[in-house]
Amino acid sequence: MIATAAFYLFAFAAVAAGFMVIAARNPVHSVLFLISAFISAAGLFVLMGAEYLAMLLVVVYVGAVAVLFLFVVMMLDVDFVEMKQGFLQYMPIGGALAVIVVIELMMVVAVWAFPEEATEVRTNPIPTASETVADPNGPTNIEALGLVLYTDYIHYFQIAGMILLVAMIGAIVLTFRTRQGIKKQDPAAQVARGRDVELVDIPSGQGLS
Amino acid sequence: MGDEIGLGHYLSVAAILFAIGMAGIFLNRKNVIVILMSIELMLLAVNINLVAFSQFLGDLTGQVFAFMVLTVAAAEAAIGLAILVAFFRNRGDIAVDDANLMKN
Repeated sequence: MIATAAFYLFAFAAVAAGFMVIAARNPVHSVLFLISAFISAAGLFVLMGAEYLAMLLVVVYVGAVAVLFLFVVMMLDVDFVEMKQGFLQYMPIGGALAVIVVIELMMVVAVWAFPEEATEVRTNPIPTASETVADPNGPTNIEALGLVLYTDYIHYFQIAGMILLVAMIGAIVLTFRTRQGIKKQDPAAQVARGRDVELVDIPSGQGLS
Repeated sequence: MGDEIGLGHYLSVAAILFAIGMAGIFLNRKNVIVILMSIELMLLAVNINLVAFSQFLGDLTGQVFAFMVLTVAAAEAAIGLAILVAFFRNRGDIAVDDANLMKN
């Protein structure tokens, strides 16, 4: 009963926040609603039993991606009210498309059922709730994930690392600029002039007279 | 659907979130930042789907793939925002519907 109430709470919060992301006038509010949607989705993940992904969602999305959005929104000096123009113009087609997609997906969800043989072909079975109760020392969600992520899916894991490396290099290359006309110190050139720097060999215990 | 929260409930939430993200791309044609946020919403909906199927089937593979989606989403946000900053430096605004510098 509590789980049901929590599900509806998080579900409505996620949908409402998601709607406000696209409807808010101020992009800063959009980012804050995006954070709210992510946290609600993390709540849904916890309800499903995927605790580790829920925490990852909070850390990666809220802690990194949303803050990055917030930085960029505040850094760009743009008239965001003017950007909202065209919202009503595209409203009919956008709304119609969204409604159609929801109806189509609902039709799929309504008749969806796992086939009989689906449970036999699982590659990494998770213990069901009753099995977990019977064996409380069994692997938790994060232990089970670690057991497959670093063994069966090690290549995917490393490819994910490469993707992040490429993204990092790409972001640096795109935003890096050498600024012209600023004054800064060049120690190597200073030393290379030679006449300002003199090496003195000081005898031990006597100091410079 | 009965009183018990099942797979269908989670899939419905994900479907609605995905449609909202899709509508957001259409409605905010001028604002790239909101378009990027809409894409993040759609990826979040996909993640909810993956985790829901994974948990209700009892197969951990779906959660491993949710990791990959998360990784790609983070990389995409970083690159997208970097492109946006570079674009803003060149043009002074972020209106995408007249972004045709490459054309002329």
